[in-house]
Amino acid sequence: MQSVLDIKNLTVRFATADGEVAAVSDVSLSVGKGECLGIVGESGSGKSQTFMAAMGLLARNGRATGEVMFGYMNLLTAKEQTLNTVRGNKLAMIFQDPMTSLTPHMKVGRQLTEVLVRHCGLNAAAARTAAIEMLGRVRIPEAARRFDMYPHELSGGLRQRVMIAMALLCGPELIIADEPTTALDVTVQAQILALIRSTREEFNTSIILITHDLGVVAGLADRVAVMYAGRIVEIGDVDQIFNAPRHPYTKGLLACTPRLDDPATATLATIPGQPPNLQHLPRGCAYHPRCPYVMDRCRVESPKLLPTGAGQNACFLDDLDVRAAS
Amino acid sequence: MWSYFIRRIVIGIPTLWAIITVCFFLMRLTPGGPFDSEAPVPPEILTNLRASYHLDDPLWQQYFSYLGNLLHGDFGPSFKYRDFTVTELIAQGFPVSLQNGAAALVLAVVIGVFLGIVAALAQNTRRDYAVSAIAMTGIVIPNFIMGHLLILIFGLWLKDSIFQLPAGGWEDGAFANRILPVVCLALPYVAYIARIARGSMIEALHANYIRTARAKGLPFRTVVLRHALTSAMMPVVTFLGPATAFILTGSMVVETIFQIPGIGRYFVQGALNRDYTLVMGVTILSAALVIFMNIVVDMIYSVLDPHVRYDEAAS
Repeated sequence: MQSVLDIKNLTVRFATADGEVAAVSDVSLSVGKGECLGIVGESGSGKSQTFMAAMGLLARNGRATGEVMFGYMNLLTAKEQTLNTVRGNKLAMIFQDPMTSLTPHMKVGRQLTEVLVRHCGLNAAAARTAAIEMLGRVRIPEAARRFDMYPHELSGGLRQRVMIAMALLCGPELIIADEPTTALDVTVQAQILALIRSTREEFNTSIILITHDLGVVAGLADRVAVMYAGRIVEIGDVDQIFNAPRHPYTKGLLACTPRLDDPATATLATIPGQPPNLQHLPRGCAYHPRCPYVMDRCRVESPKLLPTGAGQNACFLDDLDVRAAS
Repeated sequence: MWSYFIRRIVIGIPTLWAIITVCFFLMRLTPGGPFDSEAPVPPEILTNLRASYHLDDPLWQQYFSYLGNLLHGDFGPSFKYRDFTVTELIAQGFPVSLQNGAAALVLAVVIGVFLGIVAALAQNTRRDYAVSAIAMTGIVIPNFIMGHLLILIFGLWLKDSIFQLPAGGWEDGAFANRILPVVCLALPYVAYIARIARGSMIEALHANYIRTARAKGLPFRTVVLRHALTSAMMPVVTFLGPATAFILTGSMVVETIFQIPGIGRYFVQGALNRDYTLVMGVTILSAALVIFMNIVVDMIYSVLDPHVRYDEAAS
């Protein structure tokens, strides 16, 4: 499959008062045309920072190394000016918190049209028509009236629809959605997810869906990458990840998901221990202090992400399986 | 919005009345009187003077007749400048202070906001520290030092160069004569505004919507000027409300140093001379300005921040 975004050996470091912290370590992945890739992980696993780096939106103290190819452009080395020709144009991003992600003192309409004027060279009148049409396509009722409203006059769900409309304006090849439903009510979440699914079909856009909600990923993604402590620990088809997870962390995450058919008295499963402190990562595999299958080797050596079955997995258990099989 | 504006002005009237009342009685409680001087006035003349200014009437009667005159726009005669009424003194001096103040204000806002943005965009770099240093200097050096410093530099050291400027005097408002006083008046405000603008700009640049604007591929300048600046201006506007009132009513120090016929000097001279009516006049003028500017600030809020609405429908 032709890929839209290719990340190779991406490492993101932040300079802090207590020294350098690697938020993302040696991440490689690619997203195919029209594909939806889910990125799953706890807070601090580096899932957002991976794509903040790709968008050139790292905080001042952040440095990214490696390569992020979008078409023929390496997003990491491109100048801000060059980057601005694709950002918001063919590469768009939707953020977590629609309440604060729109400029409060500008009317919604202006925030949409400025994208069209910038990237598509439309004049004000044409941009207005196109923006109102797009608001309608993301199923905002009374789009023309909403166009002239300020963000605070819209509900959270509507604001997220505006964000999605904004991302779709220039017919993007890839949309990065960073926890698009986290800040919303459950019913609104479902609507927004349905909207993302239908826009994907309608516009044939590739989507990267960053979330900590496995349910969201299960319903939308074709492939899933699981991140832990700044690394991808497992990546594979959505069916494989959910039905036959290989990495102990993936298994742990899935075990934590409450099921409707569990008896009401059942205790919620948890992964013991804490997510690691990125400044003091444990030696060897970052997951080993919490891993029920920990071996001596895990405490000293860091497992590499290697092909296994239909996906890739970073765990020494795979070696044992291979030996057992042969 | 206009009905709100008018309502606010109407509410301002009792405020102004309260200020007038407090000020009137405070003045009379202060020891000494307008005709006490080092060379004592003969008792007969003093009696006549007091009688002609109605100072022997009961205080409440003086108060009500003063209020009555005020309603007719009459601030009364000055006790010290006996050939003038207070209205005339203010009419002479206020336009001068107003022009200088307005020029200083524009200068302060333009330079201050510019410096603040420059510093915010270069946060914690040398450029930022340089702006902070300039701002601190402007705040720390009092204007009676700054005024003399400016005179020393542009009036004396640069004498006979093209940068020479008049060391003082007004010359009926010649441009060259205005430069130094306006600069001297503006400098502390430049400093305050730069500091406020820097802080609020840094905060605005960290907002989520700035991240959105950058993700849209807008040029950085557009992000700063269109998306960040408006919110960053809120604290500056808050500061500017009362500051405008003060800067427009003139600075006693600056007007004395540069010998400018504004009304700033009347504040202090009036108080020292117990020139009751003059003090009341300038106090009412500046109080009215402060009240008015606060209303203007609230109006500007509603333009900068759409959350702030004064419509009937919203209330």
